[in-house]
Amino acid sequence: MGMNRLQELAPFVKEALQQTAQVANLLCFLHVTNTYLCSIAKLVGPSMFPTFKDGNIVLTERISSRSGKVGSGDVVLIRSPDNPRKIVAKRVKGIEGDEVSYVLDPKNSDEQKTVIVPKGHVWIEGDNIQNSYDSRQLGPVPYALVQSRIFFVVWPPKDFRLIGNEVS
Amino acid sequence: MATPNFLWSLAKKYFTAGLIGLTISDRYASFMAVRGSSMSPTLNPYNENSTAFVLDDYVLVEKLCLQRYKFSRGDVVVFRSSSPPGLDVASLLKELSSPSNYKEKNVKRIAAMPGDWIHLPSLDTVRVPEGHCWVVGDNAACSMDSRSFGPIPLGLICGRVTHVVWPPQRIGGVNSKISMLPEVQVLVSEEHSH
Repeated sequence: MGMNRLQELAPFVKEALQQTAQVANLLCFLHVTNTYLCSIAKLVGPSMFPTFKDGNIVLTERISSRSGKVGSGDVVLIRSPDNPRKIVAKRVKGIEGDEVSYVLDPKNSDEQKTVIVPKGHVWIEGDNIQNSYDSRQLGPVPYALVQSRIFFVVWPPKDFRLIGNEVS
Repeated sequence: MATPNFLWSLAKKYFTAGLIGLTISDRYASFMAVRGSSMSPTLNPYNENSTAFVLDDYVLVEKLCLQRYKFSRGDVVVFRSSSPPGLDVASLLKELSSPSNYKEKNVKRIAAMPGDWIHLPSLDTVRVPEGHCWVVGDNAACSMDSRSFGPIPLGLICGRVTHVVWPPQRIGGVNSKISMLPEVQVLVSEEHSH
């Protein structure tokens, strides 16, 4: 009797297993596209104003950061050197070997300082230099912290546009 | 002819296996080879007397710790390299011998966590900044580590070494003992000591 019951259940078990495998497959596919191709991010905070506003949803691509092609002017998502759980959006102002001059204290004076970005590092700044915590305080950050490059704003609809590598 | 169908299903199978493999190696655990003797004797024990060909150790790298970035002193970690920010001649020479590529990965042991103080004979006392850690190799004599390039951001870490899986006679866990170098003294800050 017990054997018969089990045999009756077999097709259902088989189908359940197949369904689980399909869901797992889908999740794996999502993970791979997310880590190797492109992903979606929501920006919070004022540091990239006026290019991006608080609450913009953007598309980011990982190919150029993985192949080392991120250059000056690109807007990137970068893991904060201060807090590894946080990812921030900033504009790359210089890559290794570049000479970068920046305003020390934009609120009070125009005094500028010039640095050379060391090997394997990038110089990042927010577009809103009055209100941004970036390389001016942190110094150059390692290139390996760059996660992805922002290339499209998808939300809200009125901001819908492609993001190039120059300051608007 | 069933050949195209067969090929198609074979391709599909490989694709699925690839997807699953990539996901597991990204999110949970992966294997990697350790080169160099900077972590000897924990990894790649180096013996001057033996002339035998020395095999590289293969280690199991656990990635679950990346979800919270929770590490502790003594963990052996894998991190992406970044070149020294302060370039002097000595570090420049070292840099030539080990090109600092963002793709290159290093294996070292965490000696100090954010907020800890470090005593160096060459420098003054250094405080490890927020979100950074101090890494050293177990083989102090030939290791390029935080003593030459300073603290590294925790965000560069891409896994924790838990086991040696190959060669067979070396299979075993990697313990997180803290074998401090004599010239590097760590003062653990209050917030981490308990």
